[in-house]
Amino acid sequence: MADMIEIRWHGRGGQGTVTAAKILADACLSGGRHVQAFPEYGPERAGAPLRAYNRISSREIRMHCPVLHPHVVSIVDSTLLDGVNVTEGAVDDAIFVVNTSKDPKEIREKLKAKPTQRVFTVDATKIALDCIGRALPNAPMLGAVTRVTGIVGLESLLEDVRKSFGKKFSQKIIDGNLEAVRRGYAEVREG
Amino acid sequence: MARVVAVTGNEAGAEALRQVNPDVCAAYPITPQTDMMQRFAGFVSNGQVDTEMILVESEHSAMSACIGAAAGGGRVITATSSQGLALMWEMLFIAAGDRLPIVMPVVNRALSAPLNIHGDHSDAMGARDSGWIQLWSENAQEAYDNIIQAFRIAEHMDIRLPVMVCLDGFIISHSIERVEYLDDEVVREFVGEYRPMNPLLDVDNPKSYGPLILPDLYHEYKRAQHEVMGRVKGVVLEVASEFEKISGRRYGLFESYRLEDADLVMVILNSAAGTAKDVIDHYRDRGIKAGLLKPRLFRPFPYEEVAEALRNAKAVAVLDRADSFGAYGPLFVEITSATLHLDKRPFLINKIYGLGGRDFLPEHAGQVLEELKEIVETGRVKTIKEYIGVRE
Repeated sequence: MADMIEIRWHGRGGQGTVTAAKILADACLSGGRHVQAFPEYGPERAGAPLRAYNRISSREIRMHCPVLHPHVVSIVDSTLLDGVNVTEGAVDDAIFVVNTSKDPKEIREKLKAKPTQRVFTVDATKIALDCIGRALPNAPMLGAVTRVTGIVGLESLLEDVRKSFGKKFSQKIIDGNLEAVRRGYAEVREG
Repeated sequence: MARVVAVTGNEAGAEALRQVNPDVCAAYPITPQTDMMQRFAGFVSNGQVDTEMILVESEHSAMSACIGAAAGGGRVITATSSQGLALMWEMLFIAAGDRLPIVMPVVNRALSAPLNIHGDHSDAMGARDSGWIQLWSENAQEAYDNIIQAFRIAEHMDIRLPVMVCLDGFIISHSIERVEYLDDEVVREFVGEYRPMNPLLDVDNPKSYGPLILPDLYHEYKRAQHEVMGRVKGVVLEVASEFEKISGRRYGLFESYRLEDADLVMVILNSAAGTAKDVIDHYRDRGIKAGLLKPRLFRPFPYEEVAEALRNAKAVAVLDRADSFGAYGPLFVEITSATLHLDKRPFLINKIYGLGGRDFLPEHAGQVLEELKEIVETGRVKTIKEYIGVRE
């Protein structure tokens, strides 16, 4: 992959998308890397479409603007596929990760992905319901993104999820999220 | 050992303030500063600092309380943004006129109307003439480093002036980036014990601050303020050199990026300078001599040093994230003044960009460089001042 990996997240307010970008940045600090995580600030309402971004680089990151040509696009809510142009600006060898129960081949067609682009799916909402009892798909999406990009090891990621959720939540919720990350990592499929 | 963390600009600012452990903080919340002062208030509540936190009913009161506490003899901080800084305006002049070394991060944000909470420089530019020293920061690391250095500059016995440390609202204040924190002891040793000067709480030696001064001496008082500003550059450089010893990070009056032999130069404050540097690298790869000057010390403005740095430039674009309606942008005015006495002045243009948080994209920096290239080729400037990135 390139010197710098740029990620764009598409989600809806209240799904933990911004938290996912933050945890990923923290986990990628290892090995002296430089990181950025930032959301696009609009009217902050539950359910409103939002974008968040990551940059991860071995060199100092000086760009202070939204990611325009993402290497990875993570779609946390598949209902956005109909209203938002999620493929906009994606590089020719971009990776798409979509939270859906649908077949990855079907999603590939829907996205009209180029042959050089890779499309993955994971049923992150179902995993979240199983593991934490709530439709908060960010943890399994983190697991899936980590698996398909290889930008950070699963153990480092789990450690950061533990740290991040540990500040606010009970052990049961933390354990549920850790399991959700592991399952997202294990269950992501390519189409 | 320095700690490497992934934090927001606000978080880094609050951490610097925690490490300095000031005596008094008076603050009022305003987006996007809120989260810095909220974090600092948390440090106060948790006993991680000894600071007395004064919660006030407005920014005017926040700065008034800071003035009282600083005149009393304490090391004093606050932070604000936008309308908050505007509401402090009257008191800013009093803090500077009374020579009180208050340190204030300003999380830059647009001014109303219309209401907008996002990053631009209109707030701090409005306080340009208040007598405060201004340091500007490209990213969270620079904001952290500048806040720590600000105490040494403000409290220097040759200066005793308030300092604002500017960082871009949201773009820096709410974005997570890699930051290296110094150790608490290193920071505390660097800023040192606070040395009060003429403290009001020294009741055995009564004195007064801000009395009525009539035309017989007011003029001389203001001349003294002008005089002391002349000493700031030297102190800023001295503090920067000591800071480099503890951090390994080098600061000056401004940053020169690939500037020495540059024909085409952009002058930009704060976060947009980073984006411009990447674009400059692409131009350099194509053999085009592009460079950047990023002011750090904006008040006092280092005219001679900036003029020297721009001596060999052929065309310079000054980018302002604030406007003076019906006039040129505030940074442009400084750069034209600085270059006025050069034997061979570069062509100069002024671009207004990024108001109210409008993104400054690489393509914008590219457009500016293309225009500079054309100016050098044709020897003609079409428009001196123009907005960029305007939706048609």
